[in-house]
Amino acid sequence: MIRKTFLRRALPWLVILGMFVMWELLCRLFGVKEFVLPLPSQIFAVLVKRWDALLPHATQTLMTTVIGFIGGVIVGTLLGIAIGSSRLVYDAMYPLLVGFYSIPKVAVVPILVIWFGSGTVPAVITSLVICIFPVVVNVATGLATTEPELEDVLRALGASKADILWGVGLPRSMPYLFASLKIAITLAFVGTVISETVAANRGIGNMMIIASSNIDVPLVFAGLFILAFLGIALYAVFAFLESRMTGWAMRKNEFSM
Amino acid sequence: MTERFVGLDDVDLVYQQGDGEGTLALKGTSLDIAKGGFAAIVGPSGCGKSTILKLVSGLLKPVRGRVEVNAREVAGPVKIVGMAFQNPTMLPWLSAIDNVLVPLKIVQPYRSQFREKRGEYEERARALFKTVGLAGFEKRHPWQLSGGMQQRASLCRALIHEPELLLLDEPFGALDAFTREDLWATLQELWMLRRPTVILVTHDLREAAYLADRIFVMSARPGRIVASHDVGFPRPRTLDMTFSEEFVALNHALRNEISEARQEALV
Repeated sequence: MIRKTFLRRALPWLVILGMFVMWELLCRLFGVKEFVLPLPSQIFAVLVKRWDALLPHATQTLMTTVIGFIGGVIVGTLLGIAIGSSRLVYDAMYPLLVGFYSIPKVAVVPILVIWFGSGTVPAVITSLVICIFPVVVNVATGLATTEPELEDVLRALGASKADILWGVGLPRSMPYLFASLKIAITLAFVGTVISETVAANRGIGNMMIIASSNIDVPLVFAGLFILAFLGIALYAVFAFLESRMTGWAMRKNEFSM
Repeated sequence: MTERFVGLDDVDLVYQQGDGEGTLALKGTSLDIAKGGFAAIVGPSGCGKSTILKLVSGLLKPVRGRVEVNAREVAGPVKIVGMAFQNPTMLPWLSAIDNVLVPLKIVQPYRSQFREKRGEYEERARALFKTVGLAGFEKRHPWQLSGGMQQRASLCRALIHEPELLLLDEPFGALDAFTREDLWATLQELWMLRRPTVILVTHDLREAAYLADRIFVMSARPGRIVASHDVGFPRPRTLDMTFSEEFVALNHALRNEISEARQEALV
């Protein structure tokens, strides 16, 4: 058993390591040019060498993403509660929501720039907007699929609609909410970087655009690595919170952390 | 008959689905249950037995007729009621004891005192757990309990706020025969201790005859009461009694009445 858990924990790192080794070997074997696909070792060297210059960009992107994400989750949860608890709101809001979500966010950024100027604000809004949809859909599904028998237990006692929402609906929706948070946090990075590449003078997205116009491909990849790392780190935070708060829904321990 | 506690007078109920005609579930149903009495309702499946419980608890409103609890017409959820269903309907994110405490977080006057008196309420829940043979399982989560244990916890939840009216909708229907018989004894004991008025809906005629002092037989849909029996066996009743001649005769009579009701429905 101990060996099995050790393997389970070590495996993701081994897979990542293996990918880098393969990448390095294949690039060397076929003599791939640096400006096409740099070696992982070169990219890590850039990360170390330019760390001081990269750090402010990384912090900027992280802050923007987290603020947008929190805003998106709040708006999404409230909308999800409204849509999930009322058929009328569901019918009224869903087409609009789907239509809104179908618009490529990159097309919205220029409009946001006209309204708010370039910089942090459009990036926060883009990541906020991109987070809303998965949260709404999941929270609404969680509420709408709550077993009526569970609600009857409280209804028969004379519980108010708010009591039922707090006592049954929301706890029952928690696994759905957390599933959506894991999607939303990765999407939030996409939103931030899209906006930063279009209109910003700081952030990883902006840094990557400048680096690619200088054909500094290792630096571009260094930006990608930072984004991937931040994404994994925040994902892990929510996966951990999920296992703490909704362990009751994941009884099969193969999926718990 | 003593004081009437639950009454249905000539009640009709239609389940409305969409804009169509709807299904007539009950037609001209009347019944009376005395305060502190133990009533059972038996009948063919789909005859509206559970519907009666929903009417009495105020979860549904009749389209015609009058539903009365404690000399008052039922207009919304009745707060003095405890309910248990065939499905234990425990909330999976709460421990067994927290599940049992749920009614106290909803029903006044407990609700406003919940914070100060939590310890006292937990003691009360523990005492109930002991009565139903669940001592030591308070902190388990529902999925860590067997079906019979969950149903015991569900009974505790139905009783924790000391309701005057207990509504049981086939509470033992999903359990194996031995567990079911254990729980009959537990339920009888709890009832004799606290004397709430009980309405038990069941398919099991032995269960009805073992537990109830009055059994109502319903017709097939649209349901109404076609017969009622007073059950006079002395308490506490034992499983041995269920093999006595009178008991078997009563079972037989109930069976015949239900087959007749089913035949009528088929014609």
